[in-house]
Amino acid sequence: MNRLDSLFQKKKNNILSIFITAGFPKLNDTASIVKQLQASGADFIELGIPFSDPLADGPVIQDSSTVALANGMTLKLLLQQLREIRKEVNIPILLMGYINPVLQYGIEKFAKDASEAGADGIIIPDLPMQQYLEEYKSTFDQYNLKNIFLVTPQTTEERIRYIDTNSNSFIYLVSSSSTTGKKTGIDGAEDYLSRIQKMNLKSATVVGFNISNRDSFQKACKYANGAIIGSAFVKAVSNSNDVAQSTKTFVDSILN
Amino acid sequence: MKAVSKYGVSENGYYGSFGGAYIPEILYNNIEELKSKYLGISQSEKFNNEFSELLKNYVGRPTPLFFAKNLSEQYKTNIYLKREDLNHTGAHKINNAIGQILLAKELGKKRIIAETGAGQHGVATATVCALMGMECIVYMGETDVQRQAPNVARMKMLGAKVVSVHSGSKTLKDASNEAIRDWINNPENTYYLIGSVVGPHPYPDMVARFQSVISNEIKGQLKTILGKENPDYVIACVGGGSNAAGAFYHFLESEDVKLIGVEAAGKGIDSGHTAATLSVGSAGIIHGSKTILMQTADGQITEPYSISAGLDYPGIGPVHAYLNEVRRANYISITDTEALEAALNLTKKEGIIPALESAHALAALGKLQFKKEEIVISNLSGRGDKDLETYTNYLNELKYAKQN
Repeated sequence: MNRLDSLFQKKKNNILSIFITAGFPKLNDTASIVKQLQASGADFIELGIPFSDPLADGPVIQDSSTVALANGMTLKLLLQQLREIRKEVNIPILLMGYINPVLQYGIEKFAKDASEAGADGIIIPDLPMQQYLEEYKSTFDQYNLKNIFLVTPQTTEERIRYIDTNSNSFIYLVSSSSTTGKKTGIDGAEDYLSRIQKMNLKSATVVGFNISNRDSFQKACKYANGAIIGSAFVKAVSNSNDVAQSTKTFVDSILN
Repeated sequence: MKAVSKYGVSENGYYGSFGGAYIPEILYNNIEELKSKYLGISQSEKFNNEFSELLKNYVGRPTPLFFAKNLSEQYKTNIYLKREDLNHTGAHKINNAIGQILLAKELGKKRIIAETGAGQHGVATATVCALMGMECIVYMGETDVQRQAPNVARMKMLGAKVVSVHSGSKTLKDASNEAIRDWINNPENTYYLIGSVVGPHPYPDMVARFQSVISNEIKGQLKTILGKENPDYVIACVGGGSNAAGAFYHFLESEDVKLIGVEAAGKGIDSGHTAATLSVGSAGIIHGSKTILMQTADGQITEPYSISAGLDYPGIGPVHAYLNEVRRANYISITDTEALEAALNLTKKEGIIPALESAHALAALGKLQFKKEEIVISNLSGRGDKDLETYTNYLNELKYAKQN
């Protein structure tokens, strides 16, 4: 069974996901960070595939991408590292990245290699639903790779229903119309989140963008099954000499 | 604004396998709204009256089709220059800016954002925003802010806020990234006025339609001058490719008209310092569109280089990727030095200082073999005032080299 399916079956509330760019801050830090995230109680992990032109990201994740690429991170190396990480880490791991590197790697080869390395799903912000359904879905399904869709405050109810119907895992609720890490907190998103909560979607929901601390995490969890922290965590490890310790401190500050 | 079928965009936004709309979900409504309304609005009588009136009395169209006698003698053929440099604001960019600002107004948008490379599109956008009383924010790479200072000053005087972009190579690609990020952060009140035939569908088609006035006029002017509508060649420079798309548009289905797109080779296509996308690029997705782009084997977009800020872009409009693939148009490339020489040559021979971008199209004249009786159109997309510093430096270098 896909690890994401098991997670959402077992746990319904306060699911914590952490995003980290692969190869950041140092090329080989990813394994230590991911292992510590599991040890400290994160429920699943999003591993960023660094890209030269991350359109949906704010400065923090943009910079982490630039550093990771300068460190020599590639999609191939990322999958090699993931294969090693999987020897010790059992929680779900999603890959998050832009479509162009996936396209160059080759869609089928990517789906196969990512799945074999231990990825459970993928989030590609610039891959629209229609293209996914027409050109990617059958391949991703074949390798049991979940494709995660985003919903934003602008998404109409009709389209949310359509996304829910075509989704085979959780739906990523973008807390505000913004790039990542643009604002602090999700004040102002309550109406939107509660509107979606009342729609009783078949898919689980996880809130992301602008969740940065315990307070915003707990607020988001009132309306969804969990929440994702990205920029705030990337920032927390960016200047760290001991990424495992910084990871532990950060996750503790959210959960305890 | 007649649609071309064979080489036109498909209903879902593709030219062959190129095009489409690869955009984050946040922009879904914006793109859907544009897609469903751009044709209806731009083909309405009200829109067309306003568009035509502004092109005539504000922009100064039609632009002349000038027989360049001295250039014709030099290349032993008949060369006509389509004088887009004589438009208000000094380039073809204003045609599209007028069209899109009228569209933005119809859509009820109040805040306009744009990216710019050489600054010509930024100036055109700032100009139409001043005219319409709209807020204007222009994203421009830091490198371009420095090398195109006169245009930065113009934009500011016109009331635009110019945001200097510090990411990546600090040129047009990065300015486009930042404009898209702005749009993501302000999807409800903001209209993104894209300056070239790039970006997600329907932008490439929309921009090509607004620029198609260029080829429409050429047809009428040739008819008057020569008694026939079609030339043998149409030559235009290509960064994203909007002036080329406009100059080719009404000739696409006349297969006897040879269409030549000219990319910037920079220091040479094998030098690692080039913007000749079709020579060194491969298929991928950039700024919401599937096209040919310059990238590493790992799918990272690489930094382009050209002396000309307007051609310094690692992608190309999907329509050009398609026209190249099906060989309806031929694409060649011209180096920095060849472009500089062509600019000096035109200045000396015809008394016209061209933009560095347009100088690439002029340099192509020396690369092609024409027959004496053939009719060659070179689209002079912009004027060279903004490039005076580059030209002066080059002239000084030449003088220095001569002395030593």
